[in-house]
Amino acid sequence: MNFPLKVWRQKNSQDTGGFVHYQAKGIVPDMSFLEMLDVVNDELMEKGQEPIAFDHDCREGICGSCSLMINGRPHGPTRGTTCQTYMRNFTDGQTIVIEPWRAKSFPIVRDLVCDRGSFDRIMEAGGFVTVNVGGAPDGNALPVAKVAAEKAMDGAACIGCGACVAACKNASAMLFVGAKVSHLGFLPQGQPERADRVRQMVGQMDKEGFGGCTSQYECEAACPKEINADFIAKMNADYLWACIATEQ
Amino acid sequence: MKLESRAPGGPLQLKWDRYKAEMKLINPANKRKYRVLVVGTGLAGASAAAALAELGYQVDTFCFQDSPRRAHSIAAQGGINAAKNYQNDGDSVWRLFYDTIKGGDFRSREANVYRLAQVSVNIIDHCVALGVPFAREYGGHLDNRSFGGAQVSRTFYCRGQTGQQLLLGAYSALSRQIGMGRVKSHPRTEMIDLVLVDGKARGIIVRDLVTGKLESYVGDAVVLATGGYGPVFFLSTNAKGCNVTATYRAHKRGALFANPCFTQIHPTCIPVTGDYQSKLTLMSESLRNDGRIWVPKKAGDKRLPSEIPEGERDYYLERKYPSFGNLAPRDISSRAAKEACDDGRGVGEGGRGVYLDFSDAIARLGEKVIRERYGNLFDMYHHITNENPNQGPMRIYPAMHYCMGGLWVDYHLMSNIPGLFVLGEANFSDHGANRLGASALMQGLADGYFIAPYTITNYLASTKQTPVDTNHENFKACLAETQERIQRVLAVKGTRSPVVIHRELGKVMWEHVGMARSTESLKAALKRIPAIREEYWKTVSVPGSGEEMNQGLEYALRVADFIDFAELLTEDALSREESCGGHFRVEHQTEEGEAKRDDDNFAHVSAWEHTGEGKKPALHKESLGFENVQLAVRSYK
Ligand SMILES: Cc1cc2nc3c(=O)[nH]c(=O)nc-3n(C[C@H](O)[C@H](O)[C@H](O)COP(=O)(O)OP(=O)(O)OC[C@H]3O[C@@H](n4cnc5c(N)ncnc54)[C@H](O)[C@@H]3O)c2cc1C
Ligand code: FES
Repeated sequence: MNFPLKVWRQKNSQDTGGFVHYQAKGIVPDMSFLEMLDVVNDELMEKGQEPIAFDHDCREGICGSCSLMINGRPHGPTRGTTCQTYMRNFTDGQTIVIEPWRAKSFPIVRDLVCDRGSFDRIMEAGGFVTVNVGGAPDGNALPVAKVAAEKAMDGAACIGCGACVAACKNASAMLFVGAKVSHLGFLPQGQPERADRVRQMVGQMDKEGFGGCTSQYECEAACPKEINADFIAKMNADYLWACIATEQ
Repeated sequence: MKLESRAPGGPLQLKWDRYKAEMKLINPANKRKYRVLVVGTGLAGASAAAALAELGYQVDTFCFQDSPRRAHSIAAQGGINAAKNYQNDGDSVWRLFYDTIKGGDFRSREANVYRLAQVSVNIIDHCVALGVPFAREYGGHLDNRSFGGAQVSRTFYCRGQTGQQLLLGAYSALSRQIGMGRVKSHPRTEMIDLVLVDGKARGIIVRDLVTGKLESYVGDAVVLATGGYGPVFFLSTNAKGCNVTATYRAHKRGALFANPCFTQIHPTCIPVTGDYQSKLTLMSESLRNDGRIWVPKKAGDKRLPSEIPEGERDYYLERKYPSFGNLAPRDISSRAAKEACDDGRGVGEGGRGVYLDFSDAIARLGEKVIRERYGNLFDMYHHITNENPNQGPMRIYPAMHYCMGGLWVDYHLMSNIPGLFVLGEANFSDHGANRLGASALMQGLADGYFIAPYTITNYLASTKQTPVDTNHENFKACLAETQERIQRVLAVKGTRSPVVIHRELGKVMWEHVGMARSTESLKAALKRIPAIREEYWKTVSVPGSGEEMNQGLEYALRVADFIDFAELLTEDALSREESCGGHFRVEHQTEEGEAKRDDDNFAHVSAWEHTGEGKKPALHKESLGFENVQLAVRSYK
């Protein structure tokens, strides 16, 4: 298979950047999308040209590093991450446009690489249970209903890739924050700090400049881990409750 | 050089208590005067950094990914062991200790392994407190599954994403400390060298991967939790960024490298399909709880699996190892798969695969239960191979997976360089010649949450430090050397991508230093590796400069270290004239083809010293005394 590529190249955060055309040649249907880019990059390097920079690490859909906008869709045409997208899902000869995530809170670092440090800072603001090492009671001392554990896990499964933000026209991070808030919110361990947590995380999210949610649910459609948009409603409810709780 | 384990005396069961009772302490107000540099934010690094900061130390963390949360630990699927005995099936600290020692083929240190088993129970408690959403029974209690090499059910899990959840737990604890200003996090920052002052580890040289700037950091102790070196084989189940640079650079500065040839090949991975492939994907060992492994009895049988009747299938693990069956340890299962394929009975294109079949389990438990247990793994398989595992068996084959070898450490988890602590997969300490499933996560968190905070305190309390800063001549010299090396790589301006050279190295390593090693194959590798090194320095092409984000340069620097390290690994494999665990020398096998250990001559740790560029490394031995277990032929029959 052969593909004409239109790839966003940008030297650094100051550069204005622009599209550059390449040809991906000799591509096999079973190759992953990143393996296709590897082929292009090997060729570039062998010609003495700088390879296209993109984030990746695990290449099995769990680390959340890979973050490409492929033909206008975060992570491309199929459900799942960019690294788990396969060339058999494209038609031979089709032009593929590759861009980085675009959002004010994810500034571009180079080419297809962006800075998602804002997600880390939201977690630092409150995405934890305050407990030091040592002194935890026996793991079975606090039974957790299976349903609660499963729901918590549904939220905790978020890989923090940022596709939700990239998909949203407001660049909202509500799905990410909702999943994080709810993970601990469903568990008994998370109750003592529940109100503070949601207020602090939402506060940080606003500070980082993420937009609001206007209920289009593009985020849910783009999420490679199928995180449900109900988490946003859950977070909103928690937030309201937290504000009232603190006022009292 | 005499290698002392520095384990406290007395009965095995009391050593760690004794250590804690006798260790030196630092008063809480003084702790903030010390700075610890933690390189790596996987399970080992993140947990250590969080725990040290909780105690009051100032901590800096470094990782090459864009966030600490993305460390390779995130990819662990199956679970984490702990001797909780929640199943009432006869588990105990002793049994976990014994299983680990035996699983490691009697090549690990008793005192370390016992301590690991002891603190395993605290790990689960702490992770639950952090909000890790472990799988639960209907009554709300923690659920367990079984893993290879054990006859009890002691593995805790979070669906097929246990590593992710444990790492997110450690990352949340770390994030809390970052938010409070006790930890300074440096993502996208790669350690390129270690700096010693007066023989002690006092700092590191790093490259800012965004700006390309080289920087020095000073600390009172340095922790390396930089993971394993699996990609020395190019194709492995590891993340693409996993590398040997941090540990190999420390090795070049004097740290001994222990048992580099103890590498683990995992039996259940998706088979290789083509030359372009950049990595291999693991199908969790937990699948072996319910999946049965088989190949056709007849060589060259090309029928579809559904057309091969029961009587013409060879469930070879169940046949050869009836008491452990499909849950035989990894080294044994991997070799058995290789043998079956060498016999011409392999399945799939190229004949390098065996079936992992769930039809019996589905018939017994129903599709819903199997889906609940392994749903995401089935999806992953389907997605990657384009074959639906609900409609027929999966095809699997062994792949490079884990490194038991690593920097040598004593009971304090300190290398032979004072002040250099090594945690997690980066050290050699607990798994001997073969690691049991679900024990790496346990070890990483044991090292980070429960051991290093004590032993580092003891070190800082008992060591007099001279104040140094980055203007110290050693820092300047080290920085200049790094600069020079980077320029040298950039100056080659050849015609080959570093990836292509890496792939070539990997092929040599897999073919000659992989699942079956012989004097001949190892010698062949020792001839090829220097040639690859020469090609690298003549032909590598790294466009761009050092003063910007340059992923080609990052890759090329790691490959240069992999090439040098590959030679050390091969030397070690050649010098160990026995078969044990993951190290299989074809010259040393029983008539039935099982590994033949040589306890008289090789019951030791091989710790290698770097003696200079182009010189043979020097071997130091730490002999392993077994006072509490009897060295036995490892049998899973
Ligand atoms: C697919 C897969 C599944 C697994 N499943 C299981 C399982 O079910 N159970 C189990 O017990 N084990 C499992 N393992 C093994 C286990 O995941 C690892 O051994 C363990 O997570 C290693 O943790 P670590 O903290 O030592 O290192 P890692 O998690 O590898 O972290 C290394 C850290 O070091 C940093 N780093 C590396 N080099 C540098 C450098 N030069 N400069 C700066 N930073 C650097 C990285 O950025 C990263 O933060 C699995 C492994 C794989 C590959
Ligand atoms: S590279 Fe890890 S999720 Fe894609």
